[in-house]
Formats: sequence, structure tokens, C-alpha cells
Amino acid sequence: MHKYYLDHLQELEAEAIYVIREVVAQFDRPAILFSGGKDSIVVTHLAKKAFFPAKIPLPLIHIDTGHNFPETMVFRDKLVEKLGVQLIVGSVEGSIQEGKAVEETGINASRNALQTVTLLDTIEKYKIDAAIGGARRDEEKARAKERFFSHRDDFGQWDPKNQRPELWNIFNGKKNMGEHFRVFPISNWTEMDVWNYILHENIAIPSLYFAHEREAIYRDNTWLPVSEFVTLRDGEKVEKKLMRFRTLGDITITGGIESDADTLQKIVDEVAATRSTERGNRSDDKRSETSMEDRKRQGYF
Amino acid sequence: MDLLRFTTAGSVDDGKSTLIGRLLYDSKSIFEDQIAAVKQSSERKGLKHIDLSLLTDGLRAEREQGITIDVAYRYFATPKRKFIIADTPGHIQYTRNMVTGASTANLALILVDARHGIMEQTCRHSFIASLLQIPHLVVCINKMDLVDYSEEVYNRIVSEYTDFASKLDVNDVRYIPISALNGDNVVNRSKNMDWYQGSTLLNTLETVHIASDYNHIDARFPVQTIIRPHSSEYHDYRGYAGRVAGGIFRRGDKVTVLPSGLSSHIKSIDTMNGDLEEAFAPMSVSITLEDDIDISRGDMIVKENNQSIVSQDVDIMICWLSTSGPRPGAKYYLRHTTREVRAIIKEVVYKIDINSLHRVQDDKQIKVNDIARVKLRTTQPLLFDPYRKNRMTGSLILIDETTNETVAAGMIV
Repeated sequence: MHKYYLDHLQELEAEAIYVIREVVAQFDRPAILFSGGKDSIVVTHLAKKAFFPAKIPLPLIHIDTGHNFPETMVFRDKLVEKLGVQLIVGSVEGSIQEGKAVEETGINASRNALQTVTLLDTIEKYKIDAAIGGARRDEEKARAKERFFSHRDDFGQWDPKNQRPELWNIFNGKKNMGEHFRVFPISNWTEMDVWNYILHENIAIPSLYFAHEREAIYRDNTWLPVSEFVTLRDGEKVEKKLMRFRTLGDITITGGIESDADTLQKIVDEVAATRSTERGNRSDDKRSETSMEDRKRQGYF
Repeated sequence: MDLLRFTTAGSVDDGKSTLIGRLLYDSKSIFEDQIAAVKQSSERKGLKHIDLSLLTDGLRAEREQGITIDVAYRYFATPKRKFIIADTPGHIQYTRNMVTGASTANLALILVDARHGIMEQTCRHSFIASLLQIPHLVVCINKMDLVDYSEEVYNRIVSEYTDFASKLDVNDVRYIPISALNGDNVVNRSKNMDWYQGSTLLNTLETVHIASDYNHIDARFPVQTIIRPHSSEYHDYRGYAGRVAGGIFRRGDKVTVLPSGLSSHIKSIDTMNGDLEEAFAPMSVSITLEDDIDISRGDMIVKENNQSIVSQDVDIMICWLSTSGPRPGAKYYLRHTTREVRAIIKEVVYKIDINSLHRVQDDKQIKVNDIARVKLRTTQPLLFDPYRKNRMTGSLILIDETTNETVAAGMIV
């Protein structure tokens, strides 16, 4: 093999670090959107590498739906302490109490869409001009159209038909007052790349990603974890399952899969052999064919 | 495993979506739930076959109109390589999208319909590939099933294209006869074309030599940001963070900082995983120097005996991206590597008719999608190389000062 050559993970890493450094160089008040999921953990790890040996010069923003996996919260607090960075929490519960957001009702109610209100509010309150996220283009068809530097107007909205062209590795972060950017350093990574990278760098992730025994109910072709926020419907019963999660979101909408993958290597092997997409277990994406585009236009992550 | 970025352009009927669909499908990169969703949508639209273009067209407007508007990025991998496809529309009104997709590609896949031979669109896409200096071109002569897999037809098209390509600035052109619909020579070797002895498309994509696509001769390091930890452990640490844009930097190298011209030696090349002996494109690293000199974002570290051009007058080939053309005498922000200056367009030398490749001298009014040769004058010097020598230090964009839009892409001549 050629000596002066990077393998695909090294090249993707170099690209992501370059993007993160551009954000810090071009913006006044950038931040990392941290959900506690593997993608935002990888982005945070890349930010650490980008500024080593200095600390990450960015706060982490967590949009708290109030419907969290307890494991995610413990993980978040430990990581923040270890990195010595500021944590900003935007609370959906708070937005509801202030009357800015209205809780959905009905059988499929969730707080997923309400996150947008809280997120935009938090961005405005802390005058964040660039929010770095872990979205990837391979996740979803609307995300396949995203730029690395994605412009948001002063209502926080995305205009997919009117995006700035992005050429070579030159990024245009120019904006007017009140507008902001969403930046996606791992745009070009696939789920497989993320897992291989976590394995290669030995990055700590929440235990929920590993196979564990958990009480769950079978609903909409997925194993939904039992929590105080889930009401049993007719004919549903709670079962004990050896399972793990491929993505982590709000506990009410994140389904798990049956799995015995309890090490990173086993997860990588499982992901390589799987025949369905990781967001297949996310009920928020199933509401309509373009539900992601519709939510993103409004300012969803 | 390494990474190959390729671009493809096409319009509704040339089989581009089918080809991408087949590459994704035959390499097992489409998941069951994606197939199920596309199948459902196809049935709702009253189609008898699975419409694979629904996999690539993501936006509501694209799905409604059945066309690709924007650049869509697709990913697949084989045991040998990971691939990123920049899938772009091929119509002339989307030249800017083709340019965008081509800007990061190592390889361009050009589709030719065997029944029609070389069309305007073939020329346009090929010209853009050569303008953007994509190192490898693969010409797929598609729909061979509709010309009875005729070797004669194939040979005629290859010879036509070879003539045409002699006017372009490309080195590596390959030809493959395929049928995307039936899968001939895409992933599996065709049983219908014994006369073709070359590689299949996938095999070509997997084996084309890309390790030398980066410039490893002329050392260039545009400084992105300065790392100053302010901690007791790293009290006086001052690291210049950036991505190597060309050449090889080694610890101990004598370097010069542009535009100041001050010199020093490389003390260390740092990453979180440890110090490195050397760094090359496209690595992201931090460099520390032996001497304390004033360096800021937009400066460039080079080797003392191999420096870039430093000038305020720049000749470029420009692609105009905005729907409104340049205003007379307007100033623009100019972004080049990590440097930002302001610039004016001093002169439009000529425009290019991208279908005939002729120079247009009598109409110098630049409009959207136009490609032209222009002269720029900048407020501060740029530190650059010709685009042919280095795509990273030879490319720039112009930004409108009032709308903040990216209005033009430029390749330094």
C-alpha cells in the first residue's frame, strides 16, 4: 500500500476535524448539540481531537424532553465533568410550562416535535450562532441533501430548495443578525463508519447500546422499552428481552432490537450483517414519507 | 480500505438512477425497509416496477416532479473500498450543481446512451469534469441491450468520444459497455458481450489508483486556527491547527510563513493520538514551530525552497452560481483556503459555450451557470497555486457582500 495514504476512517476523521475547526474560526458563539446518542458522542470526541491539547472551546447543548433514558443522563453528566466543558440544558418540560409548546395528545403522542421549540428557544437565549450536530446524510433522504454548513433563517427554518452551494472544502458561514447555522461534521459517515470508529478509538458510549435484559412491549414492529411514560394498550404484554438500541432518542419513541451483542466488536459485526436501516425503529420518522424534511424545515435537528 | 468519491450527472431518461440503484442494490447497500418503502411509493404511483429513483430523490419537490434538483450524496461500500456518490442533475440549468458535485470527486462517471451516442449533455458533463480536474473519467456506454450488444456500436462511440476528449484536459479515460437495467458489466461480467475483455464498472471503481490524486510534492499548510491551552501543563504551547493541503511536512523541516516571509523549523506535529514524524494531505494536525513568530488564520506555512504564488492579481475560470449576475464594479468577499479577502472582477476575458467548448468573445455578460475566464484584483494578497497543480490551494469562492450568498466558484489558472 502507498505510504502517503489515509484509509477511509482517517480521511473522514480529518475532514470532520477540519469542519469543527472552521466552525470555531468562523463563528462567535458556536456549540455542540449533544443528545447522548452515539453520533453526538463521536462529534464530541472529534472536537476533543480538533483542539488537543486545549479543552473543547464549545459548550454542549442538551435538549431535554423529560422522557430520557436514565442511563443517558448519567453518561452525559460524567462526560461533561471529564471534558470540563459547559453544559446548557434546554427543557421541553419548561417550554410546555411557559406555554411555548403544547403537549401532544392521543395514542401516538410524543415530545419529539416539541424539541424544535425548545431548541430554537435555547439557541436564541444563548445567542448560539452555530450549532454542531451529529446528523449524517446516510440516515434519511432529506438529510442526504444537507450541507456541512447549513443556513437557518431568523425563524430557525431550513429552506432545502434554496441552499448555498458548497464547493471543495471552502465553507461560507456568513449570516445576518438573528440567523444561525447548523453544522454537520460527520455528514459523510455511515452508521458502519461510526461504529468502526467507536471501536477503533475505543470511545465510551452508554450501556444502552450493548445487549442487556430489559422489560419491553412489542409495538409497531419494534421492542419499546417499558417506562413510566408508556401506557399499555389492549393485547400488549410486558416481556423480558435480551435487547439493545441502535439509536437513542426520547425513551417513548426509541425501539430496541433483540440482540446478544454485548461488545463493540459484536455490535460492529451485527451492524455489518443487518438488513434494515437504523432509523427503522424510530416512530418519529414513520409519520409520513417526508416527515423528516417537514420537521427540518421548521428547525428540527 | 480507502475512500473514492465519484460524481455522476444525468437527466430523466439516461438510466443514471437505474445505474446507481443497481450499484447500491447489487452491493447490498439498500436495506429492506428502504426497499419496502420505495415499493409502496411505486405502487401508489401506479408503477409496475420498483422505481429506484425514489431512493435518490429525497426532497418533496423532487419526488413530486420526479427529477433530481440538488446534489444528493449516496454511500456504499464493498470489502475493497468505501464510495461516496455525488449524484447531480445533468440539465444545463443545473451546471452549478454539477460543478458542486465535481469539486470533491476523484472520478467522474459519464453515461452515454448507446442508441444516441455522444450528446450535448455528454460533452457538458465531460467538460465540467475536466475543468474541475477530476483525475479519472469512466465513460459507461449504457443500454447496450437496446443495440443488440453490438461491438461495432461500442467502438464507434469510443472513437467519437476519444476525438472529443482530445480537446479536454483529461489523462485517464476508460470505457465500459453496460446495461444498467440488466446488470451487464455493472457488478457482474456480461454474458452478452464476449468481445469486451476489460473490467466491470464496480471492479474499475474498486481498483482505480487514487493514492496519488493528492499533491504530495508542494508542501502547503493553510493555518485554520491557533491552539492555546492556557493550562499549567501546556503553559507556552502555541499550535497552528490546519489541514495539510499539499506535500509532506516533517519534524525539523525548515519552513517559511506566508505572507510575512519569516522562517523557522517545525518543532512538532501533534495529534491527540501522539506526535507524528510527518504529515501529508489531507491530514488534520497541529504544527508547533521552534521560534515565536506572529502567525494567524489565513497564513500559510510552506517549505523555504518551494513557495506558493503571492499576488493580488488572479486569473481564474469562474462558474457563476447565483441567479443574479455580477453587478458592475461590485466587491465580493473572496474565500480561498482559510483566508478571506475582498475582490473585484476587473475584466471578463471570454465566456465558454459549454456545449461546443468555443470561446465567446462578443457577449461578456455573466449569467447564472456561465463559465468564463476572468481577472480578479484582491485587497490583500492571496497565497495560491494553479488549480491544475493543487485543487485545495487553487480553488476559491466569491460571496455577495449584501446577501451573504455564495455566488461563484473559481479555479485559478
